[in-house]
Amino acid sequence: MADWPILSLTTFLPSIGALLILLVRGEEQAVARNAKAIALATSLLTFIVSLFILVKFDPSSAGFQLVEEHSWIPALGIQYLRGIDGVSVWFVLASTFLTPVCVLASWDSIEKRVKEFMMSLLLLETMLVGMFTALDFILFYIFFEGVLLPMFLMIGVWGGPGRIYAAYKFFIYTFIGSVLMLLAIVAMYLQVGTMDMRVMLDHTFDPSMQKILWLAFFAAFAVKTPMWPFHTWLPFAHVEAPTAGSVMLAGVMLKMGGYGLIRANLQMLPIGSATYTNLVFVMSVVAIIYTSLVALAQTDMKKMIAYSSVAHMGYVSMGIFSANAQGLDGAMFQMLSHTVVSAALFLCIGVVYNRLHTREIARYGGMAHNMPKYAVVFMLFMLASVGLPGTSGFVGEFLSMLGAYEANTWVGLFASTGLVFGAAYMLLLYRKLFYGKLEKPDVIAMPDLNAKEILYFAPLVAIVIMMGVYPKSFSSVYAASLDHILSHHREALAAEGLTPPVANPASAFVPAANAGTLSAHPATSETPGTEPAAEPSTPEMPAEAPAQSEPKADASPDAGH
Amino acid sequence: MQPVLTDLIPALPEIFLAVAALALLMLGVFSGKNGTRLVSGLSVVALVATSVLLFRQEGYDVAFSGLFITDGFAVFSKLLVLLGTGLSIIIAQNFIAREDMDRFEYPVLMLLATVGMMMMVSANDLLTLYVGLELQSLSLYVIAAFRRDSAKSTEAGLKYFVLGALSSGMLLYGISLIYGFAGTTNFITIAQVLQAGPASLGVIVGLVFVAAGLAFKISAVPFHMWTPDVYEGAPTPVTAFFAVAPKVAAICLFIRVLEGPFGSLLPQWRQVIEFCSVASMVVGSLAAIRQSNIKRLMAYSSIANIGYALVGVAAGTADGVQAVLIYMAIYLVMTVGTFAIIIGMRQKGKAVEEIADLAGLSKTNPMLALALAVFMFSMAGVPPAAGFFGKLLVFMAAWKAGLYPLSIIMALTSGISLYYYLKVCKVSWFDDVKEPLDRPAAGLSWVVTATALVVFPVALVIGTPVLNSAAAAAASLFH
Repeated sequence: MADWPILSLTTFLPSIGALLILLVRGEEQAVARNAKAIALATSLLTFIVSLFILVKFDPSSAGFQLVEEHSWIPALGIQYLRGIDGVSVWFVLASTFLTPVCVLASWDSIEKRVKEFMMSLLLLETMLVGMFTALDFILFYIFFEGVLLPMFLMIGVWGGPGRIYAAYKFFIYTFIGSVLMLLAIVAMYLQVGTMDMRVMLDHTFDPSMQKILWLAFFAAFAVKTPMWPFHTWLPFAHVEAPTAGSVMLAGVMLKMGGYGLIRANLQMLPIGSATYTNLVFVMSVVAIIYTSLVALAQTDMKKMIAYSSVAHMGYVSMGIFSANAQGLDGAMFQMLSHTVVSAALFLCIGVVYNRLHTREIARYGGMAHNMPKYAVVFMLFMLASVGLPGTSGFVGEFLSMLGAYEANTWVGLFASTGLVFGAAYMLLLYRKLFYGKLEKPDVIAMPDLNAKEILYFAPLVAIVIMMGVYPKSFSSVYAASLDHILSHHREALAAEGLTPPVANPASAFVPAANAGTLSAHPATSETPGTEPAAEPSTPEMPAEAPAQSEPKADASPDAGH
Repeated sequence: MQPVLTDLIPALPEIFLAVAALALLMLGVFSGKNGTRLVSGLSVVALVATSVLLFRQEGYDVAFSGLFITDGFAVFSKLLVLLGTGLSIIIAQNFIAREDMDRFEYPVLMLLATVGMMMMVSANDLLTLYVGLELQSLSLYVIAAFRRDSAKSTEAGLKYFVLGALSSGMLLYGISLIYGFAGTTNFITIAQVLQAGPASLGVIVGLVFVAAGLAFKISAVPFHMWTPDVYEGAPTPVTAFFAVAPKVAAICLFIRVLEGPFGSLLPQWRQVIEFCSVASMVVGSLAAIRQSNIKRLMAYSSIANIGYALVGVAAGTADGVQAVLIYMAIYLVMTVGTFAIIIGMRQKGKAVEEIADLAGLSKTNPMLALALAVFMFSMAGVPPAAGFFGKLLVFMAAWKAGLYPLSIIMALTSGISLYYYLKVCKVSWFDDVKEPLDRPAAGLSWVVTATALVVFPVALVIGTPVLNSAAAAAASLFH
């Protein structure tokens, strides 16, 4: 068991399942049943196999692990090269974990062409795992694009009434973004002479070239993340996709963007990142505020959650490019939290959609009376989405705001308003759905969660609470990798004579250092600390923020000791 | 006698194929009504035998006083041409039997066109170039109008002939100019003359005329007008043949002319190629959007594809040539596969060719729909299908040669062209069945399955040896 190719196994096991489903023949009912059974078995098996990745992964090492290296197309410097580090390992597990959940969630709700649906789902899993574990840039690109194919079919075949427009928009939008990335990959390859991402990570590209490359990568990942103003495909895709499609889309596919931003933009192109930090900050802040307001106005619940995803991913991009320990930690944690919470929220919507076949918020009401279990589950995820302390949402949002605050006080200030808006639309949604009079006859007739639904919500509930009260269990896996990324980033900037936004490498998860370093930060960070002081409304902000942050930043790691 | 015999050996595959074509013609005449199947089958055998002869050839050889050349490049392109012709004959079988085209001349004409194409890629003299091109074109004119009683087919043949004759005229005029100003028609001597000193304006004008004539054959914009009409009007198997073998041969000939004798004029001809390339990519991807006939769609798609291939030609490097060879190989496989599906499109026994007729294909014949999706995504350049690697190679070659604007236009137009490829997928996967298509004939299904498997995933496995042989072929041009 020492050297078996566990990453390839995790990647291609679902494809084997898909092939098995392809071979299923016979009566339609029997085919559907067998296809579902095979899909569930394969995805569970894949999940179990992927747990071994976590077991074998050494969190103390920052480099790539479990590397599989085979020659593939030497003429183009393309290898079959796989490996994981702390940044990617959780995303692999998120993909393998959500796939069986999606199989369960589509068990009864997908009625036509079950066989093809299950195949698409399993192929999607292959592509996602492959993308997060690829260390060769062409391999990465292949999986990155390959994700589009099953998703295109899932939206187009099993989606709602506007599915065709949504599928087109989704595909073409993301494809054009990715093509620009391919340009950048080719340009980098011609510089370095290999597609090996590890070599590219160590290579320092020419600063002026970095600025162009950075934009090309950013185009691909900003569409995928999605960042304002490239987010317009997301609400359509979400609204039209079947529940499982939305879950995979929000849960894992959006993280491809965040992962790419860390891996390619921040890690490979530090100068580019430093150049465009303000651009990202503006886009992130606009995303947080604007899409929160848009979410507030939605009458379709899937659309509301879709817009909230854009806002939440705004925290991620903001955290990543604040390029300090808190921000990056926060971005990672926010992505993981969003994976679970948004997936769970879409599953929650799926529950009532299957019963009533509408996503109109106004069609529901008073469900707390007849569906108490459902109301409790929904509330937990709603609060996690709002960022209530004790849930997963809090840690990520808090840390990424802290990071942004250090990098640029204004950004932190504006981003914090997003929290209020977030609470506003989520609480409003909850009130409309669950409180008030239970008077619509079809709503009264809805049964509470059944055993299967409880089965797939239970682990999600557990994870959300676990992440909230004991974040270290998750963050310890990637801490070393993030430290390495940041120190590398700083060295690269220092070599170019650019000072990084924050000079202090202290990690938010080092409690002893926290009390001193955190309060010192606003003074040490050069520009942002001084500028807002002129503004009348802000003087209390720099003082207040560290004061607030100390107990909380301490509280989260304390739980771990 | 000795010198003549040694001259014959390099041209053995061509001679064999020409003799085989004539023998099959006799056989067809004497075997009466049911001869077509036999002649077709034997034609494929003759093509296979020719490829075996080609495989035995190696190294560089010039014959017939420098008129004819064989090198790695010629062998590679001839193998592609033979593959294209062979597959076209196989997929035509069922169609010509059902559509009243059951005449043995059909495969024989295809063989003669193939001989012409093989001469073209082996041309080492402007005269060989012209003779080979005309042998090919004359056979193709006849095949285009092969369905004599169909007005559309006759019109296609006539259109192709008139415009083809015009382009041949331009080509001849260009050749005469080059001969007048360079003093020779031999490629090697022309190269020496041009390297010796600055090229005179006459040679450059001549080169532009030659390029225009050849651009007509590969249907690059602005010489593409005939393509949609001929593609639509000609019987579908003929269209399939037109879309692959002559295209491959003409672009290989194009490369040989530009890189060989006129290699030192790269800055001059690059502008022409760049213009044609950009125009083809833009027109091909934009005009295809509005098409409802799948053969017309494929016509515009082939124009766009030629545009991408020309990007590699414009690079003017061994990398570029290698990329074009690989690109054309992949293009050939996926085009044959797509046309095999189009040939098989029948509703209640009647041939149909609207995109809308594919509606709901994934319900009535999921495997065929899957294969069609593989071809469409491959043409759009979506990984992991083979088409992506073709585009990637061209892209890398162009970037390396510093053609940044061209590469960026290529990336953007492939994004646009995605739209109409997706349209085909959308109709076959998302729309409801209106009128189910008949099950295609067994031979077609086999070709579809085989080509789809090559496009994905076999190409990912056999990529390296093919790449290496293409690299060797490209290098032979730049020795």
